[in-house]
Parts: sequence; structure tokens; C-alpha cells
Amino acid sequence: MSAPLLTIADVAVELPTPRGNLRAVDHVDLSLEAGRTLGIVGESGCGKTMLSRAILQLLPKKAKLSGRVMFDGQDLVRLAPESLRRLRARDLAVVFQDPMTSLNPVLTIGTQLMETIQEHLELDAPAARKRSIELLAAVGIPAPEQRLAQYPHQCSGGMRQRIAIAIALSCEPKLLIADEPTTALDVTIQAQILDLLAREQRRRHMAMIIITHDLGVVAGRADEVAVMYAGRVVERAPTQALFKRMHMPYTEALLAAIPKLETAPHTPLPAISGRPPDPTRPLKGCSFAQRCRYAAGRCHEAKPELKSAEMPGHLYACFHPIQMAEGIGA
Amino acid sequence: MMQLAVQNEPLLNVDNLVVEYGLGNKTVHAVSGVSLHVARGETLGLVGESGCGKSTLGRAVLQLRRAKSGRVLFDGEDLSAMEGEALRKMRRRVQLIFQDPIASLNPRRRIGDIVAEPLIIAGVKDAAERKRRVHDVLSAVGLDPDLVAGRLPHEFSGGQCQRICIARSLVLNPEFIVCDEPVSALDVSIRAQILNLLEEMKARFGLTLLFIAHDLAVVKAVSDRVAVMYLGRLCEVGRSEQLFAKPAHPYTGLLLEAIPVPDPDVRPAESVAIGEPPSPIAPPSGCRFRTRCPRADQRCSAEIPELREVAPGQFAACHHPLA
Repeated sequence: MSAPLLTIADVAVELPTPRGNLRAVDHVDLSLEAGRTLGIVGESGCGKTMLSRAILQLLPKKAKLSGRVMFDGQDLVRLAPESLRRLRARDLAVVFQDPMTSLNPVLTIGTQLMETIQEHLELDAPAARKRSIELLAAVGIPAPEQRLAQYPHQCSGGMRQRIAIAIALSCEPKLLIADEPTTALDVTIQAQILDLLAREQRRRHMAMIIITHDLGVVAGRADEVAVMYAGRVVERAPTQALFKRMHMPYTEALLAAIPKLETAPHTPLPAISGRPPDPTRPLKGCSFAQRCRYAAGRCHEAKPELKSAEMPGHLYACFHPIQMAEGIGA
Repeated sequence: MMQLAVQNEPLLNVDNLVVEYGLGNKTVHAVSGVSLHVARGETLGLVGESGCGKSTLGRAVLQLRRAKSGRVLFDGEDLSAMEGEALRKMRRRVQLIFQDPIASLNPRRRIGDIVAEPLIIAGVKDAAERKRRVHDVLSAVGLDPDLVAGRLPHEFSGGQCQRICIARSLVLNPEFIVCDEPVSALDVSIRAQILNLLEEMKARFGLTLLFIAHDLAVVKAVSDRVAVMYLGRLCEVGRSEQLFAKPAHPYTGLLLEAIPVPDPDVRPAESVAIGEPPSPIAPPSGCRFRTRCPRADQRCSAEIPELREVAPGQFAACHHPLA
């Protein structure tokens, strides 16, 4: 096994708010090897986007970050701003949820693509133009030469996301972070964009992090999945294990709450009652305890730590894990 | 059995409805000749991609957007011919729930006043009576009226705001509610709560629903029948189970295949979808789906397919339906 490309160790992010400090990311450890895909799944406010921003060092100015983010042998938290800037566009790329706001509305597609390429690959203008056209063609944009002269508003949402992916891929990154890349798109376009990401990843042997609230998006496409809740990773496992032998009640509840096509109409959905805890008020116990059907005394008193399940690489944070093999568990 | 019993008499009948928007000197063909009905006590799901005209259709039903031609019959009365006071009276029986629950509540008004507003408009003069009805309807949607009525929308989460919107839509005891993407803005765990609540409210208040959404699984969860819309026209209509088990229109098939399944054993099909929907300003001739359809041939560009019965209770508008 090769050394991981990315190792996140004990990363915590706190944001000051008028109501007190908000613990957005609560001591998270993760690692990812080249060529592999990690899915980070969770509901709004669970800290998944803040975690990705902590990796990219793109946190809001007032945020307090602790821990280490080791990428390709360097600790990004301690890297000088200039080195970080060079690294970010070239080795570390990101695709955001809303391609309308991540593209500059007053610059043409060509300007935005070529700017990145010229800056980081040190190509002259004609070479950068040629490379831009190749990239747009690679992400499935018809008539790429004409697109270069167009502005983002002249493209559909799906096209804009393809362009954002082209920009992200332009410098052959080692890691691509896709933060809800298809949430703003229709289901038919979503499938095309996810395929595109998977294809480019294989071709370039990139590492990829897909952040999403939709377990369906990561099920067939991630090698490993981390489920986040209230700022913490509460379960992490190879994708198969996570879906087939989850130990964390939250993972089970999240999966059960999704309407399934094979279920008959008018079947009541197993909803998760209540809502996530207030992140400005630290809880003594497990953050999911109040909504958990398995919760008992200890869950409200102490925080369960992430621990290994019977299978290597499967971790969960629960005192009353489900689907445990005989003799193992709490 | 219950579902069979309600099939008899449509509460809503939409007949060859055409809605167009002007855009400079161009015309957006948002809804181009849609006919459908919703039986009393039934939920009809309406699905399609963004821009297919499903929201426009919902609004045209409520006469919030007037149709260019066609008719909307509600309980036998032609809404499209109604105006002024008559329409206002009729609107008490038909309500609307929107996608963004936070944006559809006035941020400066208290929840009690927001939910009471329809009563005031409807002329309920007795303040005690209004208070009682607001109280009842807030409890019905699972909120504590005493805690909630005096507070402002920003104090609530998206899911709670949607409960408030549902309470507002129920306070006049309507018969029919158009739900326009009511759960798309909500998280998975909250989405299930709201879908369950809608089902409960439907049973308790004897409602008939037009449920508009882009998520097929969400639509199936609540609908007796489903209508699939593409670029202003209906592709397919049928009983939910049947339509999902045996789609007849290639577009329905494509939508079903594109859904990401939360099961790692199901390998995602390589993008079956071909490209993106064309512009409703210049929709394709013949079948509007033909530019993305793997089955399209010359006939599809020459001849508009009519909705016809492909199986008992299942209708598809396609020259080459799936077997």
C-alpha cells in the first residue's frame, strides 16, 4: 500500500458567532490515497463543507483551525501563503456546488480557463488556447471553440458545471474535491456529470473527495465513505461495508429515510425525528443520542470515540452499534 | 381498494392547457396542450426536469398564471373563465405550497399572523375564532401553538418553516393543494418527516393533491398516479406502481435509470441521458423528446405523438414505446 496522498489528523474548526463558538468540525481524522475516491456524506450543517475548506485552507478569516492537513508530504496548515496558492490551483483543485457563482460572470469562459492554465502551467497564449479547447472537449462540451468566447450566463447549469470541472482539471491536479457537484443539477445531468468525474479520475489517477448529502451519489462511485454528523465523522468504511454492514444508527437512519423506488406508494417513511443539535452548545454525550432509537443512559453522558469494527478500515462511534458480529462491539 | 373507490369523479380537470411567456420578441412554450385529471382524494405526482413546465402548469391550475388557451375545471366549474370575487372565493378551496419554505414566509411577521392571514382574507371576522383555528392547524402539523405563534420565521429551521407553510395552506380547510417541490430544499432526514406529514394531513383533511417534484422516488412515495412531463408536454401518465415497474415512454425510462441508487451493488449505468433538454423557445418539431431519444426516427420529427393507452390505465405519447 502506498503512502496516503492526503492525511487529515485531528482537524477542528471553530467559528465565532454572536451566540458563542460554533464547533463546525470536531476533531476529524481521514486519509486518502492517489487514485481513490472518498465520499463524505452528511446533512446541511454537519461540517462537511467546512472540512473541505479546511483541507483547501479556504476557511473564513475568523475561523480557528487546529490539527494537521498533510498533502503530498507538506502540512498545508503551516504552508506559506504563496506556496499554498501555487499548490492549490495546480495539485489541489475544487469544484463547487453552484457553477453560476463559482464562475466569474463578467469574464468569458476562455479567459477564465486560459488564465488558470497560463498562470500555473506557464504556457503562452496560443498553447493555452489549444489546451483550453482540448479540455472543454474532454468534459463533453460540443463546439468548444465557440464556447471560449461565451459568458457563463449563456450556458446551462450542466454546461457551467462541465466548465468548472474543466478549469479544475486544467492543471492535472493530484486531488479533486467536488463539493456537492450535482446538487444544483437535474437528475439526468447529474448522472452525466458524475460519470464525467469518474472517467477523468480514472484517466488521471487522481484522488477525489465527493461531498454530498445524497448517499445514492456515493454508493456506486466512492471506494470509501465517511458519514459526518454534528461536525464529527461518526462512521467510516469501505463503501460496501458501509451500506451492507453499517454499525452506526445514524447511517442506518439516513439510508432508511431516503424514499426508495421499490417501495409501494403511501408507505410511511422511517423519518429521523427531531433535528441536529445546536453546534454552539457542546453536548456531553453522543450528538445523535436525542434522535437515536437505540440510545440509552451512557449515550447522553459520554461521547463515543471512533473505534475499529471487525473489518479493517471500518470505524464507528457508537455505544450501541447495530449489525455487530458475535462477540465484538460495545 | 380505497384508491379504486376515489377514481370516479375528477375534482380537477385540465383540458388542453397552453401557457406561453413572452421573452422579448420570442415566446417560451412552457405548457403546450396538457390534459390531465385528478380524482377526489387522489394524489397525482407531476415529474420532469427543470424548465419542463411543471411549475407553470401548477400555477396555471390556480390561475396565478393565466393560460393562453384550454380550460381548468375545478369541481365542475371553469376557473379559467372566473375573475375577481368569484375566483377569490374559489381559491379558498385550492391552496399552494412552495419549494422554499423560508422565502415563502414574510420575515417580519409573527407565525400566528402569517397562518391567520388567509382567514382574514376569507372574511373570518371573529378574532377568537381565528385564534382557535390557527391553534388547531399548528397543532395538526406538529408544532406547539403556544410556543410558535409569537415567534418570527428566522427562529425556525427549514423543516419547521415548511410545517408552518403547510399549516397556512390548511387553515381554510381547502380541498385541493398544489405542492410545488415541497421537499426539494430539505435535508434527507427532514424530507421524510415532511412527506409523512403531507400524507397524514391528506388523510385527516380529506385532501386531493397535485404533487410536483423532480425526484421520482419522492413522487412515488406519495402519489397514486404519476404524470411525466417533458418540455411542455406530457410523455406518460399512469398508476405509480405500474409506471415505475414498466415505463412505456423512453423519457420515463431514462429518468428512472438516472436516479442514483443508494446501493453499492447497483453499478451506475453509463450516462444513458443524451445531452441536455432543448430550449422551450424553439422546441423540436414532432415529439419534443426526439433530440435525446435513442429510439427516435423520421416519424418522430414529423408527427406529434398523442397520448394513447399502452396498458390498462397507462398512457404514453410515443411512436416507439418501450416494450
